[in-house]
Amino acid sequence: MTSVLSLVISATLVCFCLAIALATLRLLRGPSAQDRIQALDFIYVNGMLIVLVLGIRYASGMYFEAALLMALFGFVSSTALAKFLFRGEVIE
Amino acid sequence: MMEPIRIFEATVAALLLTSGALSLIAALGLLRLPDFFQRMHAPALASTLGTWCVALASIVNFSVGATIDLRGTVVIILLAVTAPITTTLLARATVFRQRSSAFIDQEQRSWDEHGAGLHNGQQGEKA
Repeated sequence: MTSVLSLVISATLVCFCLAIALATLRLLRGPSAQDRIQALDFIYVNGMLIVLVLGIRYASGMYFEAALLMALFGFVSSTALAKFLFRGEVIE
Repeated sequence: MMEPIRIFEATVAALLLTSGALSLIAALGLLRLPDFFQRMHAPALASTLGTWCVALASIVNFSVGATIDLRGTVVIILLAVTAPITTTLLARATVFRQRSSAFIDQEQRSWDEHGAGLHNGQQGEKA
């Protein structure tokens, strides 16, 4: 790995962390519950992207499984919270 | 022999930078847009094109030589299936909540204007 690619990976990770910080601001400030759920979903996607980039950085294929699990759990949690906004209960 | 590796690394670097910029733009949109339904557009930027760029970068990075490592496509497919479901459910929940809160406001206003006894009569007329 050249130093240029290492630098680019660091810059990308900084971008993702900044995006997560901005989304956390929306998560704390959001006027309604659905804003907070949206911000949480965005944070999940960004964490998954960070794990994928770390897999490139450390040249390991094991990070794919972690990224898949994060995507799956993000989907399940966002869907459960949206269902909760509908009914007040998750499973009917 | 050195040249193709250089090209691969340049491609990976460009894709990663694009993904980082897209994610940052999405976060800014999530923070700055005024309405919830407008804010709903912004995170799709990260969960579609940003994820595409990172997955393609990892495919290019891991498939050196004759073998192609296609594990990144699983992430793309999973997100392409799940992201619209989440967005649709959230939008429907938001419409439902806004409608029901508007209905409650209207009921409260007519209650305040006409009082309890008249309100019951109005309910009967409406029904």
